[in-house]
Amino acid sequence: MALLEVRDLEVAFNTADGVVQAVRGLSFDVERGSTLAIVGESGSGKSVATQTIAGLTRGARVSGTARFDGIDLIGADPEVLRRVRGAQIGMIFQDPLSSLHPYYTVGWQIVEMIRAHRKVTKAVAQQRAAELLSIVGIPRAEQRIHDYPHQFSGGMRQRVMIAMAMALDPALLIADEPTTALDVTVQAQVLDVMRSLQERFGTAIILITHDLGVVAEMADEVVVMYAGAVMERAPRRTLFYRNHHPYTEGLLASLPSQGGTGQRLTPIPGSPPSLISLPAGCPFAPRCRYAFDRCWSVAPPLDMVHDDPAHRSACWLADDAQGRRDNQARNAAEAAAAGSSDRTPTPAGVGP
Amino acid sequence: MVRFLIRRVALGFLVLWLITVAVFGLFFVAPNNVARTLAGRQATPETVAAISHRLGLDQPLWKQYLDFVGNALHGDLGYDYYHQVPVTTILGSALPITLSLVFGAAFLWLGLGVFNGVISATHPRSFTDRSLTALSLFFYSTPTFLLGILLLYVLYFRLTLAGHTAFPAGGYAPFGGGLGPWAQHLVLPWFTLALVSAATYTRLTRASMLDVLGEDYVRTARSKGIGERRVVLRHGLRAALTPIVTQFGIDVGSLLGGVVVTETVFSLPGLGKTAIDAINQQDLPVIIGIVLFAAAAVVVANILVDLAYAVLDPRVRLH
Repeated sequence: MALLEVRDLEVAFNTADGVVQAVRGLSFDVERGSTLAIVGESGSGKSVATQTIAGLTRGARVSGTARFDGIDLIGADPEVLRRVRGAQIGMIFQDPLSSLHPYYTVGWQIVEMIRAHRKVTKAVAQQRAAELLSIVGIPRAEQRIHDYPHQFSGGMRQRVMIAMAMALDPALLIADEPTTALDVTVQAQVLDVMRSLQERFGTAIILITHDLGVVAEMADEVVVMYAGAVMERAPRRTLFYRNHHPYTEGLLASLPSQGGTGQRLTPIPGSPPSLISLPAGCPFAPRCRYAFDRCWSVAPPLDMVHDDPAHRSACWLADDAQGRRDNQARNAAEAAAAGSSDRTPTPAGVGP
Repeated sequence: MVRFLIRRVALGFLVLWLITVAVFGLFFVAPNNVARTLAGRQATPETVAAISHRLGLDQPLWKQYLDFVGNALHGDLGYDYYHQVPVTTILGSALPITLSLVFGAAFLWLGLGVFNGVISATHPRSFTDRSLTALSLFFYSTPTFLLGILLLYVLYFRLTLAGHTAFPAGGYAPFGGGLGPWAQHLVLPWFTLALVSAATYTRLTRASMLDVLGEDYVRTARSKGIGERRVVLRHGLRAALTPIVTQFGIDVGSLLGGVVVTETVFSLPGLGKTAIDAINQQDLPVIIGIVLFAAAAVVVANILVDLAYAVLDPRVRLH
């Protein structure tokens, strides 16, 4: 049994403009000690999904299940959720400065975490806090537990967050864009800290990111989300070398390549759909250069690709490349004939 | 920190000095006939002149002012024109009344306002939130004198007629005479003052708490598995206090100069009532004494607010 099994998770919010369907039918597993990366652009529902699992989305309409260590966290009693949070699921967030309380010392904040779950004296908890800070590589930890968050640099603050999240040796660490707000050089150090802690304590990690470089470095398995739904799910190598979904392809194509100076990046044309009024078919169809009739009317299920049970993609396209080229050629021809159709995206600078 | 204090205290004295100049100037621009009033209608010009001389009113303005400042620096604010009582004595007997009134009311409105604000903010747009908002706006828009008179009418007049004397009609019982009578005389004025002010604090606390509860560090606190009450109070309210403390300091500081309406309605001989009487009689030394005290209270309150920032928020360094 996997550590975390999420099935058909749906999260919707009522807003003044209508119901926002933030997460639609999300399913995935996280194995003990492994790393699952959830990738997608802003608003794709990746943060909402994980925060819902931890019981941190308030006022949302939630359905589905999320079995963590055998307990379904969706709709669980608030006290059960409270005990799981922190003790068994640690969380770190994007901006470590705003995520730490500015009025309390980092030691106080870690001690609070420990004492919320364990009956230990302040002195013991403080000892542990200092130990944790030195494990994540903060020099002079004994003294620095008395400092406030604003007295640390960005990278050091994120180390503090990691130390706090790992204080009770949780089985799962949810890292929500942990390196996005950091300098590139510091990003690598923070990822190193996470990886070494994972090896040391056997922690499973859900890594939310839009940075495919981070995915390549950390992930065992990858879930690609778009408009609240999973587009493709695959082991890391498969995703990078044998990906199937055009959205994944687009994400990879928009990465800057090493040494490719002066070369233009290839963006995905268009922007994500509104989550209030989603189109009937595939949510990515309006931006997809391979889209054909069926894509507009019926949303594709998340089906197996290349007969590989670990690799799934929500796309009607055939598994082989020839089908794609045919579709693209046909779309281009139609676009040329119709002038500018509102259906077909203009493939600006995108050659076949 | 020490340099900050020295600078702020020096600045405070500058403010007080400017205020003495302003009050002195204003008073002498207006027609002044204290000596004539004192002398009575039938008085000869000689009598009036003699009284003027005794009060020092025949001296040139600059001389009067310098004498005043010189004495004030020695802690002597002069004597009132009519009874020759030292102004410091008048202030000394009025001050405890105003202090009792203001601090009692402040304690009440702060408690009420912050409690209601936290409840509103943790249940936004709920029935409780809307009821509390409506209730506090009702009291906020009620004039103090009306609320005071209503309380007196219902809780003193009607209740006494019905044979239950719970509250006195007004006046003050010194603290030294026992806690019971003291509080009994002050309960209605306290509530009059507090209910009007509490609305500000309810709205302020609600807005500030709603901001803070949306902060990332509150999400972090929840993600740590801390109980909700602790999340709201230790993480939320602690950070939301700053604007509340500012408002509180300014309110208490300015009220210490005299709570004119409430003191008048409840016949409390505090600084506010004393000031009104002094103004009606053009009793300059008393007016200046009260104005100086009121200004000093505001200046001190502002310094305390700034010090409170540094205590509340470790990121604030005073210099």
